[in-house]
Amino acid sequence: MSFASLNGIPVNGSPLVEPIHSSSQLSIRNVTKVFAGKKGLFNKVTRKTTRDFMAIEDISMEIEPNTFVTIIGPSGCGKSTLLNMVAGLSSISNGEILLNGKPITGPGSDRGMVFQSYALMPWMTVEQNIRFAVETVHPKMSPKAMTRVIKEHIQLVGLEGAETKHPHELSGGMRQRVGIARALAINPQILLMDEPFGALDALTRGFLQDEIERIWEQQRKTVIMITHSIEEALLLSDRIVMMTRGPAARVDEILEVPFPRPRNRESIEQHPAYHTLKAEMESHLFRETRAVEEARVRSK
Amino acid sequence: MAMGSPAIASTTKKSGNAFFKNEGVQSVGLFLLSLILFLLFWEVGARSGLFAKGMPTASKTLQELWWWSTHPFFNNGPNDLGIGWNLLISLRRVAIGYTLASLIAIPLGVLIGISPIAYRAFNPYVQLLKPVSPLAWLPLGLYILRDSEQTGIFIILISSIWPTLINTAFGVANVDQDYLDVASTLGASRLRTIFKVIIPAALPNIVSGLRISMGIAWLVIVAAEMLLGTGLGYFIWNEWNNLYIPNILVAIFIIGLVGLLLDSIFAALERFVAFGRNS
Repeated sequence: MSFASLNGIPVNGSPLVEPIHSSSQLSIRNVTKVFAGKKGLFNKVTRKTTRDFMAIEDISMEIEPNTFVTIIGPSGCGKSTLLNMVAGLSSISNGEILLNGKPITGPGSDRGMVFQSYALMPWMTVEQNIRFAVETVHPKMSPKAMTRVIKEHIQLVGLEGAETKHPHELSGGMRQRVGIARALAINPQILLMDEPFGALDALTRGFLQDEIERIWEQQRKTVIMITHSIEEALLLSDRIVMMTRGPAARVDEILEVPFPRPRNRESIEQHPAYHTLKAEMESHLFRETRAVEEARVRSK
Repeated sequence: MAMGSPAIASTTKKSGNAFFKNEGVQSVGLFLLSLILFLLFWEVGARSGLFAKGMPTASKTLQELWWWSTHPFFNNGPNDLGIGWNLLISLRRVAIGYTLASLIAIPLGVLIGISPIAYRAFNPYVQLLKPVSPLAWLPLGLYILRDSEQTGIFIILISSIWPTLINTAFGVANVDQDYLDVASTLGASRLRTIFKVIIPAALPNIVSGLRISMGIAWLVIVAAEMLLGTGLGYFIWNEWNNLYIPNILVAIFIIGLVGLLLDSIFAALERFVAFGRNS
């Protein structure tokens, strides 16, 4: 059994179970994800049986309101699976996830999702993409209020002037701004971001990270973000959850990021803890990635 | 002749080169050149008896084309009808049969595409009926409907339904999972997801299907009309009975031209619904 609290002290293998924090907004409790293999007589006859695959094993964490949490880990460790379970897109095999004390059973508008592939509707303009989200969540909102909400969020992500453009006329960075505006426009309690800058070039990525920092300072929503980038995690998050390699991925360690806010790239690098944290994350990620690669080599 | 004034000759040559280096100019030039060569070969071949006996010359055929296109609407009874009337009759049959086919194929395709079980269950019917020649339906249509007009429309319907149906079902079944995830994280109802996400996302596929169906409908109507009594197909059949080949060639040209126009309309529609996607 492994249990890690978001108080910064990893308690792997400890028999002590910390009391559930009443202050936490999102509780992930002993969550396990098993992708069921193909079974049954029919599949046996056609020789298509596959074994069950345990992606995540017994993950627990508590997330307090207004915290920016980053999940980092080697590829294929089940980060996205975990996020999809929080989003309600993927079923939970074992354990439970509570949002404000209520278990999550499916997707809902209390969680906003930002996708790595942007997932904008190509046939809708920027304005229509955001409107679709607001209209779906608040069908009875007055047209005036809706237009105001849409306009506010277009301004928030700095896309004034591009309202009537279609996604294919925008750059990747601009598309992800629309994705972020759409997720925020429904005013969710938690923002979930699945490698939001994964498909962007380094310069645009840095620029959007600064934008996320700016927007977060304004709203201070609870955010869970998945990333591969150590610098990104250090710049944006209050807590960094480091996951072990899959299958049966677990939480390895949770780091507190002590840098004062508002942050910027230069100031956090001056902070005494910056390089220690960075080195710790690098050694963790290198270790896990090397193990993944070795396992892959052996399996062939 | 350029020897006398080399300077002028070289400048004109330069500007001339630029004009002829344009790819558009080159392709139009090649097209015109090949057309002239073809017509010349035809004319000479027909006059010298190189082809079958009674084969019309190019000039005679072009004359007929000019005459038929300048006198499109006359009516001296069903066996002597202007080509404009015949064209409108064919287009009307295609329009009715094709519209009915689309009205059945699109909703049915959406229903089949949404459910993977239905997709697999109905696939055998579609795959079995799709390769059947349209004319194979003709006796059945005549027997059931006892009316040549309705039979023509029936054949258009039955043969132009499949591409739209298959493409719609395919498009609906293969909507990007991300769009569906967006809809479900927002808590969109099933109906809203279908109308606001699935159908617009599948629209490029649906329009491609409609385009193929239109091509087939236009192919089929000519064949079907040979046995039915009016329209462009019957015009060809009638001229065959008159053994007047120039008019058959005129009809072939007009059928091709109209088919090209119909296809370009759908090509434009495809671009209109693509929004940067390639269907």
